Amino acid sequence: MSARAGALRRFIGRRRTQVRSEGAVTPLQREMEVAPVDIAPNDPILAYFQTASGAVELESLHLESPARDALLEAGVRIVVPLITQGELVGLLNLGPRLSEQEYSADDRKLLDALAGQAAPAVRVAQLVRQPESQARERERVEQELRVAQLIQQQFLPRELPDLHGWHVAAYYRPAREVGGDFYDFIELPGGRIGIVVGDVTDKGVPAALVMATTHSLLRAEAPRLVEPSKVLERVNDLLVNDMPPKMFVTCLYVVLDPAAGTLRFANAGHNLPYVGAEGETLELMARGMPLGLLPDMTYEEKAATLAPGTSLLLHSDGLAEAHNPEGDMFGFPRLMGIVGSGGAGEALIDNCLKSLDSFVGASWDQEDDITLVTVQRYGSGVNRPPAAETDGSRVLTQFELPSEPGNERRAFALVTESVQELGLPDDQLEKLKTAVAEATMNAIEHGNHNDPRIPVGITASVENQDLVVRITDEGGSDILSHRESPDLEAKLEGRQNPRGWGLFLIESMVDEMDVTSDGTTRTVELIFHLKGDGHGR
Amino acid sequence: MDANALVASVRHSGEVAIVDLAGQLDGSAERTLNAAWEAAGDAPIVALNFTKATYINSTGIALIVGLLGKARVENKKVRAFGLMDHYKEIFSITRLSDFIEVHGDEAGAIGGLAANA
Repeated sequence: MSARAGALRRFIGRRRTQVRSEGAVTPLQREMEVAPVDIAPNDPILAYFQTASGAVELESLHLESPARDALLEAGVRIVVPLITQGELVGLLNLGPRLSEQEYSADDRKLLDALAGQAAPAVRVAQLVRQPESQARERERVEQELRVAQLIQQQFLPRELPDLHGWHVAAYYRPAREVGGDFYDFIELPGGRIGIVVGDVTDKGVPAALVMATTHSLLRAEAPRLVEPSKVLERVNDLLVNDMPPKMFVTCLYVVLDPAAGTLRFANAGHNLPYVGAEGETLELMARGMPLGLLPDMTYEEKAATLAPGTSLLLHSDGLAEAHNPEGDMFGFPRLMGIVGSGGAGEALIDNCLKSLDSFVGASWDQEDDITLVTVQRYGSGVNRPPAAETDGSRVLTQFELPSEPGNERRAFALVTESVQELGLPDDQLEKLKTAVAEATMNAIEHGNHNDPRIPVGITASVENQDLVVRITDEGGSDILSHRESPDLEAKLEGRQNPRGWGLFLIESMVDEMDVTSDGTTRTVELIFHLKGDGHGR
Repeated sequence: MDANALVASVRHSGEVAIVDLAGQLDGSAERTLNAAWEAAGDAPIVALNFTKATYINSTGIALIVGLLGKARVENKKVRAFGLMDHYKEIFSITRLSDFIEVHGDEAGAIGGLAANA
């Protein structure tokens, strides 16, 4: 029997490989060569071949099959399925006989016998080659991971800043599939230092390359522009045109002035940093879109004071968003709890990692990079912001809280703590607590509509002979001047809502109250006279 | 659940149902407070024990107003005891104490010897 050489093809899942005889190709062989034909995995002809009892003559096969048409087009006349252990492992495709006669019954018997012998041999060959192919793929992935890790490590700082009165610690643990985290310290004019923590979406080499670009842009722009919001705006504008699809960078940029103990920061969609002191944890909120998503973005810039003895934690989501085997998330509240528990520097990082280890268990497969940077201001024995004296006023505390119900309790706890040095009597402290709590509740609920992304700003200061607490929200121009006085009888008779006591209580607790607005933000000012004929009414 | 969330339990002494409140009386306490009111049943007098109430805010006051409204409909009396001085003052300035007999302790609340003055 002689036949034009056809293509023997095998099918493993979606992969198809052509197997050809090796050696020199003669002109006759070249003439006999038939173009390979791809057969889609869902082509009905495969099911037909799977159950065929022997050689199949394509001309007499009536089947809606693109592969049948393609095989005929390629000159194939007879197909002999190669089946072993019930599995279709290849096809023996034959063109017309050179004699141009039909295939005889003996030819078909011979082909069937050949297929019976060839099929197991083909399968064995496939099994031999399969591990080789898998090993090559594994090696390729490993190589890519090594490249990604190499890029990433090249851009991590080789040393930490050495700042008088401060201690900086950092920790970075890449996930196996490198996730695109980075952090950096950038020297700035005036002894200030820029601190960056960022996270590129996606993983592997693409994320590492975007990280490298972002890192370089930040390094170039930070010393020139300094202001965190301006730096992020500029880097966003430079990144946005060249950012690969579906990728972006979250980035927190903090400028620390070690001499003054102050921070200025802007945030491009990164996790909020935490400040921990004396059992409390504060979030430093500033709003902004991730880098590389949209052009012409602006970034909110905020300021804070890091009091002696307090610590700042900057973190990527590899920690807070880690999951245990039950699918529960480690979570931001748990992390805030650790930050508030008092550790600092390496001890704080250690506490975070120990808590993570006990949460996820021994068999955890780390999902994402983990980056932790702590900035600790050495304590002076009192964890209170340094009292800044300006124009006869002294700031006792200044902080922001997310607009979430319940945070009014944190507000009054922090304000109460900050006024300890004033030695207010207990009844005055209780009035202060109630007034601060009610004003904060009002800001959270009515000013910021319980939107945790919008912070309530709180400042307590001594101004001349007064304790002044200012509570700021985004309540716009509503200065609360048209409000109904609560009437208990009317409330009991259902003529008035049972609620509506907040402002009444505030006014009853303070010596003076003022509400101002710049059209966007609204500030409620609570004033307590520190000298004179008593505090509160 | 918030560790400081209000917990309420009800016990009876004669015709007085004593509602022991522990924790924070704020907006999150509504369901607890209403359930306690139901548990007080037909007792003609309900005494709220604030000894372990750590915090009362304006929404908590609104909840107490709600209880007073129910008491009015059901023709019951409401008494209170164990209030911190600060909250006694708030009861006074809101006029809650015009509608709730405020007592110094449980014996007073059960005996009905008002201590509003």
